[in-house]
Amino acid sequence: MNELTKKTAAELAAAIAAGEASATEVTRAHLDRIGAVDGAVKAFLHVAAEDALAQAREVDRKRAAGEPLGALAGVPVAVKDLFTTVGMPTTCGSKILEGWVPPYDATITKRLRGADAVLIGKTNMDEFAMGSSTENSGFWTSHNPWDLTKVPGGSSGGSAAAVAAYETPLALGTDTGGSIRQPAAVCGIVGTKPTYGGNSRYGVVAFASSLDTPGPFGRTVLDAALLHEVMSGHDPMDSTSIDAPVPPVVEAARHGDVAGLRIGIVSEFSGDGYQPGVMSRFTEAVELLESLGAKVTEISCPHFKYALPAYYLIAPSEVSSNLARFDGMRYGLRVGGGSAEEVMAASREAGFGAEVKRRIMLGTYALSSGYYDAYYGKAQQVRTLIIRDFDNAFSQVDVLISPPTPTTAFDIGERADDPMAMYLADLCTIPSNLAGNAAISVPIGLAPEDGLPVGLQVMAPPLADDRLYRVAAAVEAAFENRWGHPLLTEAKGLS
Amino acid sequence: MPITRDEVAHLARLSRLALSDEELDHLAPQLDQIISSVAQVQEVAADGIPPTTHATGLTNIYRADDPVPCLTPEEALSGAPAVELQRFKVPRILVEE
Repeated sequence: MNELTKKTAAELAAAIAAGEASATEVTRAHLDRIGAVDGAVKAFLHVAAEDALAQAREVDRKRAAGEPLGALAGVPVAVKDLFTTVGMPTTCGSKILEGWVPPYDATITKRLRGADAVLIGKTNMDEFAMGSSTENSGFWTSHNPWDLTKVPGGSSGGSAAAVAAYETPLALGTDTGGSIRQPAAVCGIVGTKPTYGGNSRYGVVAFASSLDTPGPFGRTVLDAALLHEVMSGHDPMDSTSIDAPVPPVVEAARHGDVAGLRIGIVSEFSGDGYQPGVMSRFTEAVELLESLGAKVTEISCPHFKYALPAYYLIAPSEVSSNLARFDGMRYGLRVGGGSAEEVMAASREAGFGAEVKRRIMLGTYALSSGYYDAYYGKAQQVRTLIIRDFDNAFSQVDVLISPPTPTTAFDIGERADDPMAMYLADLCTIPSNLAGNAAISVPIGLAPEDGLPVGLQVMAPPLADDRLYRVAAAVEAAFENRWGHPLLTEAKGLS
Repeated sequence: MPITRDEVAHLARLSRLALSDEELDHLAPQLDQIISSVAQVQEVAADGIPPTTHATGLTNIYRADDPVPCLTPEEALSGAPAVELQRFKVPRILVEE
């Protein structure tokens, strides 16, 4: 592996700004790495080689001309394939959008371009972000760089796998029920679900609009924070965007500290269904936090057990409405003849995969007259109860912690046709989506029984995203000091 | 009350999905299993608890009513399956009964 691909985004940005490396050679090194390993990892749906090199040459030209450079100048970023990108296909992992090239950039795409980042390609995902393994992609399944027979998690599994395989230092994801934190956890990297509304959804193809949250992946806490800061901030094009200053996440990531911090362990997230190695690493992390001066207590959030059922009513209901736009009329796949209604039904039948169909049907059911009050209405009330649980917890502690997901990476195929088993992967991450607050997953070691990575989830109140980075940076520094190296250097799936 | 195959076929029509018979056979028991599981929400959501539609508590947002540049017709039509006279060309909507 080229030394340049081992560097963090922070190191690359500094080296390029100082003229110690050119953006072109950094981009070329990552394209070479993609060429060498992506046949096995299959993280990318589209590699934008020529476009990325053109962006890199422009960064090098700017530097040579003495023009100001953006915060991520010359740093490669992989983009989950549901952010619209002018000049690059955007498929959402679906056959219904195969080959579609959007006529406009997502706000976050624009912000990355404005920061002089190099958009290196589009990553694989579960179709329309519905899934926890990338097995629901309409194209192929991505593989976990720790063990190629395992899933990389999902739905942002391509982004997580690309970062863990050193194909890119940074990647964008979206998290609707855990789709950043769970793949980050099972790939041994850092992933953040920012506060809902802190990051623009304009140009992010909608899955469940009241839950969808764009966020960053990085190999280090600081790298995730650097991308987080560039992505974030108010956007008038998204009416749910929060008009408030971006929390000081980079500053927090540079100053990890938990001394005197009040940390609550969510008591509901343990017990049956939790892999022993996930829990032993979690216990070790709790001891570490205490040794660093944190005051750790246990806190009950009694309604969290209803988060998963509420989510599987609210998210599909929003899906059934949002995905009505894929009707074969204005863009995307069109199949069959006859009336418009027949063409719509045939196009959607041919273009959508099994999980998307399942969720559209589930949402249509939950919103049907006669069932609305019993299902969708009740789920919205549970959402209130979950917010109250968080409010109560955050009146006693500064952050909450739990495992991000009950197990390590599972086998490809293991849960592919068992939707209820697949849904359990998001058991611990969903409450933060329903409440709209902020959460992160940071690596804390390997499960002894399978040698696969385990993460720690840290949750903070809305707009306190900086607390996540302060805690995660402290955890990262203390563990790396103990291990003598970053966790990812132990990954054995790729040579 | 289990979801019948006929109900699933009705949902498919409402959802504009031309599901095959095999898919209906496969989906009906899966939907039934999922719906009986998510029905747990009915255990705790007592009357009087206000619903949450949106976590941020934002209310309506207005923007200034100023003209801004938008997509050209060519850009807007760039992904269309069929185009005629700078318009989206679609199958007939009204069918004679």
